Amino acid sequence: MPSLDRRAFLASAAAGAGVLPFLRFLPAQAQGRDTLVTVFGQTINSLDLHRVGTNRASYQVAINCYDRLVGFGAKQLPSGEMSYDYDTIVPELAESWTISEDGLAITFKLKPNATFWDGRKVTAEDVKWSFDRAVLAGGFPTTQMRAGGFSRPDQFEALDEETFLVKLDYPSKLSLPNLAVPVPFIINSAIARENATEADPWAMEYLHTTPAGSGAYRVTRWDQGQQLVYERNDSWVGGDLPAIRRVIVREVPSAATRRALVERGDVQVSFDIPDRDASELADRLTVHSTPIENCIHALCLNTRFAPFQDPDVRKAIAFAVPYESIFQAAAYGRGAPLWGGDEEIADIAWPRPFPYATDPERAREHLARSGFAEGFDVTLSISLDLVSWMEPTALLIQEALAPLGITVTIDKIPGANWRTVALVDKTLDMHLENFGGWLNTPCYYFFWAYQKDRLFNSSNYASDVVHDLTDRALHMPVDDPGYAPLIKEMFAHAIEDLPRIPLYQPALNVAMNGASGYEFWFHRQLDVRPLTGA
Amino acid sequence: MAGAGHPVLWRIVQTIPVLIGVVVVSFVLTRALPGDPAVYFAGAMATPESIAEVRAALGLDQPLVHQFFRYCAALLQGDLGRSVSTGQPVVEDLATRLPASLELTLCALVLSCAVAIPLGILAAVRQGGPIDHLCRILVTAGVSLPTFFTGIVLIYVFYYLLGWAPSPLGRLDFVYLEPPRVTGFLLVDTLLVGDIETFFGAARQLILPSVTLALFTLAPIARMTRAAMLSALSADYVRTARAAGLAPRTVLLTYALRNALLPVVTTLGMVFSFVLGANVLVEKVFAWPGIGSYAVEALVASDYAAVQGFVLAMAVLFVLLNLVIDLAYALIDPRIGFSAK
Amino acid sequence: MSGIVSPAPTPAPERGALAHVGHVLRENPVTAVSFAMFAVIVLMAVLGPALVPYDPLATNAARALEPPSAAHWFGTDHLGRDVFSRVVVATRLDLTISVAAVALSFVIGATLGAIAGYRGGWVDAVLARVLDTIMAFPLFVLAMGIVAAMGNTIENIVYATAIINIPFYARVVRAEVNIRREAGFALAARLAGNSHARVLASHIVPNALPPMMVQVSLNMGWAILNAAGLSFIGLGVRPPTPEWGIMVAEGANYIVSGHWWVALFPGLWLMLAVFTFNLMGDGLRDIVDPRRRT
Repeated sequence: MPSLDRRAFLASAAAGAGVLPFLRFLPAQAQGRDTLVTVFGQTINSLDLHRVGTNRASYQVAINCYDRLVGFGAKQLPSGEMSYDYDTIVPELAESWTISEDGLAITFKLKPNATFWDGRKVTAEDVKWSFDRAVLAGGFPTTQMRAGGFSRPDQFEALDEETFLVKLDYPSKLSLPNLAVPVPFIINSAIARENATEADPWAMEYLHTTPAGSGAYRVTRWDQGQQLVYERNDSWVGGDLPAIRRVIVREVPSAATRRALVERGDVQVSFDIPDRDASELADRLTVHSTPIENCIHALCLNTRFAPFQDPDVRKAIAFAVPYESIFQAAAYGRGAPLWGGDEEIADIAWPRPFPYATDPERAREHLARSGFAEGFDVTLSISLDLVSWMEPTALLIQEALAPLGITVTIDKIPGANWRTVALVDKTLDMHLENFGGWLNTPCYYFFWAYQKDRLFNSSNYASDVVHDLTDRALHMPVDDPGYAPLIKEMFAHAIEDLPRIPLYQPALNVAMNGASGYEFWFHRQLDVRPLTGA
Repeated sequence: MAGAGHPVLWRIVQTIPVLIGVVVVSFVLTRALPGDPAVYFAGAMATPESIAEVRAALGLDQPLVHQFFRYCAALLQGDLGRSVSTGQPVVEDLATRLPASLELTLCALVLSCAVAIPLGILAAVRQGGPIDHLCRILVTAGVSLPTFFTGIVLIYVFYYLLGWAPSPLGRLDFVYLEPPRVTGFLLVDTLLVGDIETFFGAARQLILPSVTLALFTLAPIARMTRAAMLSALSADYVRTARAAGLAPRTVLLTYALRNALLPVVTTLGMVFSFVLGANVLVEKVFAWPGIGSYAVEALVASDYAAVQGFVLAMAVLFVLLNLVIDLAYALIDPRIGFSAK
Repeated sequence: MSGIVSPAPTPAPERGALAHVGHVLRENPVTAVSFAMFAVIVLMAVLGPALVPYDPLATNAARALEPPSAAHWFGTDHLGRDVFSRVVVATRLDLTISVAAVALSFVIGATLGAIAGYRGGWVDAVLARVLDTIMAFPLFVLAMGIVAAMGNTIENIVYATAIINIPFYARVVRAEVNIRREAGFALAARLAGNSHARVLASHIVPNALPPMMVQVSLNMGWAILNAAGLSFIGLGVRPPTPEWGIMVAEGANYIVSGHWWVALFPGLWLMLAVFTFNLMGDGLRDIVDPRRRT
């Protein structure tokens, strides 16, 4: 622990209580003031989001320790929960920006007083270096940058110290929001360059363990597999200075242990708790459950599998699924139902309830009309990493399909293999899936999950019409008069063709005991910046 | 076979094929794991190009034989490769995590022996009596429960309900600071710098997981002690010693126990290696940053280098342990030499 | 003391065997109880599915997580399935897994160990190295690896459990055989014209049985616990098949929320079964130990 002075830590934590036997009670004392302890079940495996192999849980470092040019604003949801606001882009390191008439150039003016942790001024050159890194690093960051229309370094230009220009090949409504996602974060390029080598020009090795940014918090300690300690950066200019001075993030794999910890008040925040714990803790602690935007838990029917090529079989299954039981048993009523919707598509809300509901009679009719009236055998695959919702769901589907003569075998697939067989090879006949899009528009979801050969189109759905509609809608502004008709047509096809049967919209649950100020974010990581004690 | 040099040296030479076997089998086993690490590590939103990039970066586009020789070449230089999921050299990962597991396992075994060996002796001496039956029921109950279940029940009762135990947050509560790292054993390192508070902090964290593991290991040790003591007590040399009028205590502890130790030591060795590999379940429950949870995560992610490194490290440990046991064997029972092995 | 070798046991006459079993059972009530419990478990495995009040696979979302009652003796789980029915029906599968795994490793291990111990020389050396290689693996992780690589079917769980247990038997048998192959009774039997196989099978290996029985009894339990551990990691048998390990593993998450019955009853049952195996092993040892015969 080179960066943390042992005595200083004790002194600050103990706040005068020099008698060591009382150490046990310090967290409780400290919680009202300036230290928060949070727990979650995953593990942070890198402090650099751009590195190959960095897992989802590690994105929180990019969020809390680095700044982007812009961020999203905050809004209150009808449920009273606080959430980020996809429709409001706010300054972070950029002070202002202008978009050219043709929508092909965005010019950012950086905040003149923005500095990195080492005191050096943030310049457009740093932004250029960081963006180049994101588009050239390969893997996830490069793919995500491309979604906003950024694919080459020559699209980024530092005009002067405080002016940065982004050039686009085509105008897109996704460009500006895509600069507010965790990926295009801004790195102190001077420090990074010092630690770059010939073999490692982007300093992946160095930044993997040592962040160098300008964000609201800096990492003072990282014990891999155990904890991460954030310490506030008092000269942060990216937003309002956070109220909490130190945040300790502990990794606790056992859900039962996490629950006991937050219930007893030894930790203040338990992030991403299971739906069951959320429903049971709701009357004792503060529990935030926010339906995850643009995310659907779906039953996917692979068109590769002969019976699923028959539209009547697909509809029979859509009418046979016991939606309400699944919603109660797998989600404990958290999230939003996605069944029993209107036949008429009046709006472009997404995720939306499909006009199917549990109706065994209609299920039988459809199956009788199909080429598989006698039923068939099928394997329903679920991911080992997601058994908490997938297993009860699969069991209920298995049970509901049995009376139709459809014999379902459930197969659990280990996490490492899941992505390969489900998403890359797309060989699972019937499976459960949980894709959620970061950018909150229906066309973005369709791009990933309904367009032919896309990663999350695990049903092998191949409709030229939908493919074409999605391409046309993807970069069109949402308020364009042509947008809504396109989207409604896409919805109609998705509802009729049913490659994915939506089950429900899942919720992200957070339990708090002695902290407040939680905001939901599309990236499903804990943004510690708005948190306050008690 | 016996002639080749010093017997101890010969015994050490014999460990080489074992290590080679472990290297080969672990390589084959990891490659047989389902799933494509390139796909896994390419992360969300992967495209075929980005997966190919990752595959090349991991060196997985090479033929298997080529990968194997590259692995062996690196191994000979003491390089276990780099874990993709942690991004650290595997050697470094193991060095930080192994002491945590060792400390836990040793504590549990010491605790277990302190209870089990006297129990076993007592049961053997009072064979068939109420103490014998009680001992059997007690230790059998311990070994009959899955460790993760015991662990959660202990947490529920002693932390959640009673509040006696500290929060099950790994090796040290966050109010304490880790002592400067010398051995990696917190109990030792804290004493080295004379930090008594942190020593007790670490000891408190150790109690519940150690008890969980100790409960599980009571049975093999106590039962083997009892069985071996019974064998020894019914043996002729004990009868002879008794007939010769030696004090019962001397007969029990010198003649019987000395002979009974042979299978007990073997069992202890087996239990140690078994527990070190199996306490992954306990580590999961207590958020213990040990080597077992590392291995499971690596296995699930098909993180080849990490799994191989873990297996190899455990194998080396095991081989060393066995060497010690065999030496002990030879000391305790001269009938067994190295020559026959 | 090095010259002292156990004397040759006199094989007991056949008609004395039953009387001996009776004697042991009378002398050791715990063993008698364990035999009775074993009979109950076997009976449950055979008749279980016909006896239970509910379909162990039938879900009932409306009655999820109900505490034990007259209708549901052990309560219901998170899908409203009857825990009692699942626990009873699971007996057959769990017994099959443990018996199959232990029998496999017993036969293979004992054969390898006996050959190695008796022949000595290079056969012993090679076998010892192979066994050492298996043992040098962290056993639970090896089992995980095997199941992960070959797929989580019941057969693979049995194989994985059997493989990791082979060295235990082989080593015990080898050690015993190694000690006794030069013993007077073995040499005498050999001189009397018996073949090597016969000497090994009828004179030396029976002496290795008592420690083997202790191993068997422990391993029956370990086999079930091993399967339970695999379930906890997520590599157990496929849902919705009832199996004690999976039920405990799933139920363990419900303890803190106060739904203790979901894990407790399968856990108790599992414990009872392992308990029975262990106590029986002890009893068996008394029965097969030739030196205790009078």
